[in-house]
Amino acid sequence: MKKKHSKLILTSEIITHVARLAHLKLTPELILSFQDQLSSVISYMSKIQSVNTDGVPLTSQVTKLTNVWREDKIDEDRMFTQAQALQNAKKSKNGYFVVKAIFSE
Amino acid sequence: MLLDKSIQELHAGLTKREFSSEDLVRECYLNIEKYQTKLNAFITLVDKEKALQEAKQKDRDFKPGVSKLYGLPYVLKDAYISEDMRTTAASHVLADFIPPYDSTVNKKLKKSGAILIGKMNMDAWGHGGSSENTDFGPVKNPWDTSRVAGGSSGGPAVAISTRMAVFAIGEDTGGSIRNPAAWCNITGLKVTYGRVSRYGTIAYASSFDTVGPMAKTAEDCAVVLEAIAGCDPYDSTSSPIPTEKYVDLLKKNTRNKIVIGVPSEFFGKGLDLEIKTAIESTHKTFASLGMNINEISMPLFDYGLPVYYLIGPSETSSNLARYDGIRFGNNREKFSQETMRRIMMGTYALSAGYYDAYYKKAQKVRTLFIREYEKALAECDVILMPVTPTPPSKIGELLTDPLSILLADIYTSTQNPVGVPSLALPAGFTKNKLPIGMQIVGPMFSESLLLTIGHLYQQKTDWHLRKPILVFNKD
Repeated sequence: MKKKHSKLILTSEIITHVARLAHLKLTPELILSFQDQLSSVISYMSKIQSVNTDGVPLTSQVTKLTNVWREDKIDEDRMFTQAQALQNAKKSKNGYFVVKAIFSE
Repeated sequence: MLLDKSIQELHAGLTKREFSSEDLVRECYLNIEKYQTKLNAFITLVDKEKALQEAKQKDRDFKPGVSKLYGLPYVLKDAYISEDMRTTAASHVLADFIPPYDSTVNKKLKKSGAILIGKMNMDAWGHGGSSENTDFGPVKNPWDTSRVAGGSSGGPAVAISTRMAVFAIGEDTGGSIRNPAAWCNITGLKVTYGRVSRYGTIAYASSFDTVGPMAKTAEDCAVVLEAIAGCDPYDSTSSPIPTEKYVDLLKKNTRNKIVIGVPSEFFGKGLDLEIKTAIESTHKTFASLGMNINEISMPLFDYGLPVYYLIGPSETSSNLARYDGIRFGNNREKFSQETMRRIMMGTYALSAGYYDAYYKKAQKVRTLFIREYEKALAECDVILMPVTPTPPSKIGELLTDPLSILLADIYTSTQNPVGVPSLALPAGFTKNKLPIGMQIVGPMFSESLLLTIGHLYQQKTDWHLRKPILVFNKD
């Protein structure tokens, strides 16, 4: 069952694709160093493939709680004023956050 | 020095008016003024006059029956939202972020009457085990300033070790409380997942993150835990299981014979020999306390890091997606390289074509780890383990190889995916006088048992009383 894994190679195409998904702008130098670094880290992590997990269920959290509900009531302790909501925004106008346009005309 | 006293001694002294909260705050600032520039533990320090004013007010308002934390100065890892006080997560992304609300843990501490004096340096977003991955300069180890303090809660650990505060709140996702506790010679508790509310904690990996105390002793950790534990309607993952009287229970050991399991896998290749020897020599102390040591086996050990480093970065890549510089903070170009690496790893593990092989596979092995701990803890009451494979590394040493940063977490990263609590406490020193820590891991919600064992051990030993020479040679 145990297999030795040779070093996985992540191509610059994969790194560029993943960076785009992660909304990160990487310089060409960073793409190059991430290619090497992530290849060795992911190769190390790949040893997990040799564990037999047939029929084993997934665990996504450990609280054993399901469907934690609350009353659908307004909690005024948690309300922000408009000024508080905007206090950390770099750009705001007329009480709104300013965002980049998604659609062009 | 007053700050050498335990929380209960300080509380008794304040009650009898032997000294004041103002005296304690003054002593903290004296140490901060002496050592902050050398050690770089703080990111944001509360103005001294403001803190003194608050202390004087607490002294005036003191009433019998106040919380044991009343009037005591404390610090928070800068991962906790503090109302109207800058919160950075040690990242330039949040360099100027002023939160409009408080984390639950800070709210509870304020309500108890404790006095917040600062927000502490750390690995940005919790990403690291050395407090070097910070945009505010590395935290230095008070036992040897050419070495790292550990991380990610390095600043809080240094503050306790050098008596800059009475207690601290750290955050542990894969060892972030325990690793710096071990390397700075203090005591730190990683609680059971859900024991303390995470509301207002800047998330690293949401299904691993825990909020816990860092202090001089297990007894102090028990006092702080009592104040911060419990279910919180604002955190739906906080547990409805009732909290316990952690302090009273320290003295009531209801178990006849505590059995301590020692997994051979955790003491094998890769563990520094001095650390191995130090932890093995604790067996005698535990035996003298009437406890039994049993060798056990945890064969999955080798797969712990892959589970942690596939799920943790996956969750962090999702959590950090919110930082786009629109509602708050700066844009994503401000992330450090280590943070970008972790976002990239997680995004890769979650992306189409790799999801089944990495993320989903890791979630299955996570299930196997839960079973592994259940099986191990059926053979013993608690498990004794090292915290770190080596003594604190030289500053800069870990940064050259990303894989070596990850390997520093090898003993502390298997508990978080499982959820079990772990107490890290001082267990000796290397020949070069660098602290050695051990951890005691127990079943879910066994904080009381861990703190009791830690307390009993600290009654018999004096490792935890030793202080770095750098700091105290002038007194």
